[in-house]
Amino acid sequence: MSAELAHADDVALSHDAGHESDHDHGHPATVENNFLGLPNIKLAMWAFLGSECMFFGSLIGTYFFYHGKSLAGPLPQDVFSIGITSISTFLLLMSSLTMALAVDAMKLGNKNSARNFLLVTALLGATFVGFQVYEFSHFVHMGLGLSTSLFSSTFYVMTGFHGGHVTIGVIWLTMLALLIHQGKLNTQRLPVSVEVAGLYWHFVDIVWIVIFTFVYLLEFIQ
Amino acid sequence: MASVADFAQAQQPVYHMERPAKTGLVDWLTTVDHKKIGILYGTAGLIYLLIGGLEALLFRLQLMKPDQNLFVGDTYNGLVTMHATTMVFLAVMPLIAAFSNYFVPLLIGARDVAFPRLNAFSWYTFLFGSLILNASILFAEFPAAGWTGYAPLTSRGAHPGMAIDFWWAGLTLLAVSSMVAGVNFVVTILNLRAPGMTLMRVPVLAWMMLVIQFLLAFSFPPVAVGLILLAFDRSFGTVFYQVNMGGDPQLWQHLFWLFGHPEVYVLILPSMGIVSEILPVFSRRPLFGQHAVIFSGIFIGFVGFGVWGHHMFTAGMGPIADAVFAATTAVIAIPTGVKIFNWLGTLWGGKLTFPVPMMFAISFIPMFTIGGLSGVMHANAPLDLQQHDSYFVVAHFHYVLVGGALQGLFAGLYFYFPKITGRMMSETLGKVHFWLFLIGSNLTFWPMHDLGNRGMPRRIYTYPADAGWNDDNYIATIGVFFMTAGILALVYNLLTSLKNGKVAGRDPWDANTLEWITESPPRVHNFDFTPVVFSERPLFDHKHTEGLEIPVPSQPEQIHMPSYSWKPLWVSTGALMVVLGLLMFTVVPFIWLLSLAGGVVIIGSVYAWVSEPV
Repeated sequence: MSAELAHADDVALSHDAGHESDHDHGHPATVENNFLGLPNIKLAMWAFLGSECMFFGSLIGTYFFYHGKSLAGPLPQDVFSIGITSISTFLLLMSSLTMALAVDAMKLGNKNSARNFLLVTALLGATFVGFQVYEFSHFVHMGLGLSTSLFSSTFYVMTGFHGGHVTIGVIWLTMLALLIHQGKLNTQRLPVSVEVAGLYWHFVDIVWIVIFTFVYLLEFIQ
Repeated sequence: MASVADFAQAQQPVYHMERPAKTGLVDWLTTVDHKKIGILYGTAGLIYLLIGGLEALLFRLQLMKPDQNLFVGDTYNGLVTMHATTMVFLAVMPLIAAFSNYFVPLLIGARDVAFPRLNAFSWYTFLFGSLILNASILFAEFPAAGWTGYAPLTSRGAHPGMAIDFWWAGLTLLAVSSMVAGVNFVVTILNLRAPGMTLMRVPVLAWMMLVIQFLLAFSFPPVAVGLILLAFDRSFGTVFYQVNMGGDPQLWQHLFWLFGHPEVYVLILPSMGIVSEILPVFSRRPLFGQHAVIFSGIFIGFVGFGVWGHHMFTAGMGPIADAVFAATTAVIAIPTGVKIFNWLGTLWGGKLTFPVPMMFAISFIPMFTIGGLSGVMHANAPLDLQQHDSYFVVAHFHYVLVGGALQGLFAGLYFYFPKITGRMMSETLGKVHFWLFLIGSNLTFWPMHDLGNRGMPRRIYTYPADAGWNDDNYIATIGVFFMTAGILALVYNLLTSLKNGKVAGRDPWDANTLEWITESPPRVHNFDFTPVVFSERPLFDHKHTEGLEIPVPSQPEQIHMPSYSWKPLWVSTGALMVVLGLLMFTVVPFIWLLSLAGGVVIIGSVYAWVSEPV
């Protein structure tokens, strides 16, 4: 989707041409420019992330709506391994660092370094997804199937959709790195393209921080 | 004195497209022009309005007399479910999308929406969703769990067939379409306003559209989650709504109504916007308290997220939740009242004329007020316990949605038809439509208050002759015949006016806002030059206020317009494949491969999309 930004802004830009010289005959002096100051694609990403907040809010809300109501085991304390999940959480947090570095590199016009940081970010994200696949199969092995209990259903669907978002992010970042490499995107708008991908990536990270804190860690507070 | 003819004298602009537009059918498949997409939405909405109306006609025939056997059991339930689902999601919402697509860019002086290809993607996803929603009829089966789809009525146990699968799949695609459109139009309205059009100068219709785009973007995710959980329950054996596993039916109700109540405002606010545009034009006065109308709309949008529990007073949420939702529901009546008094203030002392759009706009006010008054009664939780699930509720929301939302959209249709087609609609046929529809809707929905108070529950397919409900039901069905005749007059009017209507010109109503300075129908680039705005009534000022004319440039502008694209259709097709694979997961072996292929199609087409010059 970094896409849209590359070209669609043209519609907005077409506004600016032309009228400057023409409103000089006795009109109120100020003609406000109503551009909010955020490029279209960035504003769109913020609105979309608001929508995503409602999406993950509903999923996490569902998890807590059903928390402690499962009729059959295993329960969260039986299966969660804070050690392993801490490692994957750390990797995901580090990917936010490399993402920020990619955004910075692009702002400085350093395409190669931006491309490389994007790829490292994608790799860290993919590793996180790998950990999740391992975690899921391990849980299933311990007798926690998708249909076992309210806990298993809510847990798998909530974290699964988060993992899905990370996967989409990995594909997006890889695609972006590829497009930067090929030089197919409008150079002028590349910094915004990378920044918008970064917004998405940080958001997905923050969602994980919420899930890790409230779903995993709180389980062990007595 | 300046006039609208000035704009015809502007230099023809030079516009540039990366690829020349296609023609014929291919043009309609690949277009990214907001006007054409608006026409597509509008046509689909009108067709589904006829289908939804036919479904209502059928089950009203069943209810006309006691102890009838025309449509019984799940056939009746299916008709009711599909009537409501069709009217809300496939008739009123696309008609709103038609107005927002066609007129938001024109109202704010823009050349297209912020993301034209994403707009085309929304349209195709809507189209595919609507087709899937109706596809279960191919298997001689209707989804029959009510439009609210309460769990566990939608479970495999209660509905083993495929119908509910098509229902959730269709609605999920519609949710995606609406969320994407919401994001797109938020950006459009905030970022693409013409020079000088500050937020307080944005026309009220565009303002109400802005509010509902936020509602669409933020209220659809909860129901999408509810539908996804339902899909997982039905296809993959999760236990979200399985009561025997500890599942709580209230989960669905919360997720559904957290969407469902903002959705009510999605349906009504655009009509309020349309009425706020029409009343000033035919009263020859500015809108009374424009800022109050705008801010009350925003307030309704905000508080709309905090009232969903009033649909659940009987579900046993507890006294604290009941009290809070009762209070928020009562509060939301205040901004609604502000709007009603502003409309009355606009009419007061005006030089009123009564062409068809004005007739619909004026009748909107009392009809909506009746629905609003019976609605605020439901803020009273103890009273609501008596009225819940009775025909009183049916009467309430039909006054709001038919007398309110639909009449507002009809007003907009008659008002804007000249702009869209360049021709006027027949006033005579329009008046026939208006009177038949107004009388019909009151005949149908007024007796339902009485039926509800006499204890007739919703969603029953017949009733005994001695229940005391015979007369009201008979009258209600007679009313449906009036409404049907009115709608037929509308259809005939639309089809004949398209060819034979009087030529409209740029500004047939002597109106106030920017869309009327364009040609009718507007050309691809909408405005020959970028209009500069000095007040909330730019065209009125141009015509009547010395020194506030919109400056017409002598030099032609250089304009870049987006080119046609196949990519939105491809991405939507990928989404369709994903959903089809998931909904048939339990009945067709290896169908998940279709979903997987759909995912590949999406990724491939997104790559092609971003690499394509526009």
